[in-house]
Amino acid sequence: MTTVLPPKSKRQKLAESKIAQAQQKIDLIPEHVPNVVVHLQAADTGTQLGGELHIPGNTTAQQLGLLVNKLLGTEDDRVPYTFSLLTSLTNVDSPIIDIANDLWTSVLKPGHKTTEDVLTLVYTPQAVFRVRAVSRCSAAIAGHGEAILATQFSPASSARMVTGSGDGTARIWDCDTETPMFTLKGHKSWVLAVGWSPDAKYIATGSMDNTVRLWDPKTGKALGDAMKGHTKWVTNIAWEPFHLQSDPATGHRFASSSKDQTIRVWNAALRRVEMTLSGHSASVTCVKWGGTGWIYSASQDKTIKIWDSKVGRMLHSLNAHAHWVNHLALSTDFVLRTAYHDHTGKPPVTDEERVANAKERYEKAATIGGELVERLVTASDDFTMYLWEPTKSTKPVARLLGHQKLVNHVTFSPDGRLIASASFDNHVKLWNARDGKFIFSLRGHVAPVYQCCFSADSRLLVSSSKDTTLKVWDVKTGKLHTDLPGHQDEVFAVDWSPDGKKVSSGGKDKAVRLWKY
Amino acid sequence: MPQNEYIERWQKLHGKRLDHDERKRKRLAREGHKQSQNAQKFHGLRAKLYAKKRHAEKIQMRKTIKKHEQKNIKSDGPSEPSANPLPPYLLDRSLPNNAKALSTAIKQKRAEKAAKFSVPLPKVRGISEEEMFKVVKTGKKTAKKGWKRVITKPTFVGSDFTRRPVKYERFIRPMGLRYKKANVTHPELAVTVQLPLLSVKKNPQSPMYTQLGVLTKGTIIEVNVSELGMVTVSGKVVWGRWAQITNNPENDGCVNAVLLV
Repeated sequence: MTTVLPPKSKRQKLAESKIAQAQQKIDLIPEHVPNVVVHLQAADTGTQLGGELHIPGNTTAQQLGLLVNKLLGTEDDRVPYTFSLLTSLTNVDSPIIDIANDLWTSVLKPGHKTTEDVLTLVYTPQAVFRVRAVSRCSAAIAGHGEAILATQFSPASSARMVTGSGDGTARIWDCDTETPMFTLKGHKSWVLAVGWSPDAKYIATGSMDNTVRLWDPKTGKALGDAMKGHTKWVTNIAWEPFHLQSDPATGHRFASSSKDQTIRVWNAALRRVEMTLSGHSASVTCVKWGGTGWIYSASQDKTIKIWDSKVGRMLHSLNAHAHWVNHLALSTDFVLRTAYHDHTGKPPVTDEERVANAKERYEKAATIGGELVERLVTASDDFTMYLWEPTKSTKPVARLLGHQKLVNHVTFSPDGRLIASASFDNHVKLWNARDGKFIFSLRGHVAPVYQCCFSADSRLLVSSSKDTTLKVWDVKTGKLHTDLPGHQDEVFAVDWSPDGKKVSSGGKDKAVRLWKY
Repeated sequence: MPQNEYIERWQKLHGKRLDHDERKRKRLAREGHKQSQNAQKFHGLRAKLYAKKRHAEKIQMRKTIKKHEQKNIKSDGPSEPSANPLPPYLLDRSLPNNAKALSTAIKQKRAEKAAKFSVPLPKVRGISEEEMFKVVKTGKKTAKKGWKRVITKPTFVGSDFTRRPVKYERFIRPMGLRYKKANVTHPELAVTVQLPLLSVKKNPQSPMYTQLGVLTKGTIIEVNVSELGMVTVSGKVVWGRWAQITNNPENDGCVNAVLLV
């Protein structure tokens, strides 16, 4: 029999709260921290900003952001910045420390630098817009007769979305009214891959029946007949970046990878194979078309191969993985997919402007430290990932260890600072894209995670899993933001619209679901 | 050179008879006639042996014909690997065929209100107390009391069960008749898995048998299905699920059950 304690008297409560306050105060930033000398350096160009600055040692990241905006003269429309400290200017491999809240707690208190040292702070602009986390299922649209295997939003807007299904059709959906628009009938078997061209003029679908088909998203009509060539099913489709196209009006090309160990480059206007890239000795699992004119392909023969898209020659073969390579992602995937469609929603009108805009966006996203760097991360069945910088070396930059089962899907955040990997060990892991350092493990799924997708502002991540749920994660804290139950079976495909308004998902339960905030 | 290959030797030395092929063809052509003649003519043991041989031959022939027929089917395009479509990243994987809930099917079934109360075995044979219990008469004092019972049927006893003092123990559940596992069949996937028992939910005979954990035909039990990887609509792993016993465990020495979905 335990005795119930009498309620505490007011004096006791006061004393306790006093102690609690005193304990809390230890974490607070001291008011008087000596000034520190700071160099501000742009992350993309590497140029210095404003010489040596004397600022208080307890300056917060927000205040630093104000300072940068003032120095750059962008006070009227402020850009949010994140800051990180270069620990050594000469040594490239030295660690880089992110300033989470303020200089004192991130740099001075842990002893990375003292107030005597000159701090070199690198500032990186964040997305000026904010994507709100999706929190509810706005529609579950029936229509497909079989499981949904692939989904992709139009690069132009979140109003159009295409899904490929096991019933041999692809469907275009109007996501504003949440109704089906067109049924793209033609394939004789499952539609495994769908891809919008960057200018949203074409949709290419690859199927189990070894063919690729082209569709007009405006009318829902097929453009010609099936494009034959592959001898096994098509696994992935990648469009040529908009700024690389020989002629923005007609020169659309795309690459399709197949189980038959080849990659075929097709001309969409002429509807024929331009090149067949053969060299892999097993099924090609993933293909991506880089912004420098290189085609990257991952295969089950454990290699990643890089091809020249002009002449179709193999340039490099990256060998490091010990098992199938399942997926690869480029640091510029997002800008290549959206081309000239930016967050303002007002794309340029003429073709020249469009190309220029797409090129400018690409270069802005790919420039790190004043040079054009396209990074590559590959996920494999050997439970690891490798980070590559193919322009510099065929040796990997980093090996990303930590998953306990095969890694199925990997993506770069749109700003190129983070990597998210979805694995069959029920976890999503976040990695630093600069050096491949592990950041967070996002725990919550109770079954293999199939795919994940960043929001356009890189602040949120959505993952789809076999456990029938989608989960939205806060990238900054590594915590679960929202759990999205609703699917009745495995969720195979998920995509976040490029303008961040909607998430679409599809899976074994045959219903396309749209999620909104 | 072995003695038995004299024909081959002769043929090597002198060649075949000129009408060799002709005779062979004719013999082959007469084969059917010969067989039917034999089948009619033979008596006794010879007939029996001959019939047996022909029987085996015919089976073999049918099998071969069937095989050839399958080979001749012309198909347009490669056949699909399976009935349920998979995304490209799951295509080359040999997925473990775990008995996962066909949640949509379950939902439909729940919609039918009647299905909620229907079980695979609606009626069972009644078991009297005389059959179920045996009076314990051993020992000096128990013989006088006459209220101690041994349960004669298989039982499930929870892992945290401790026996009461002998003086107060009214029912004895014999160790040899206790079961911890059941062979549970998923009716839709037709998969049978051995799963640990969690509890006895209802024995249709009487509530007392439910309390005692008696396993008879038709008893509803709860089994641990966490191995099957079934998931609820909200994404939680399903742990316990009900099943109904389909056999007479006291006759078979095992517990077979069918999952209630």
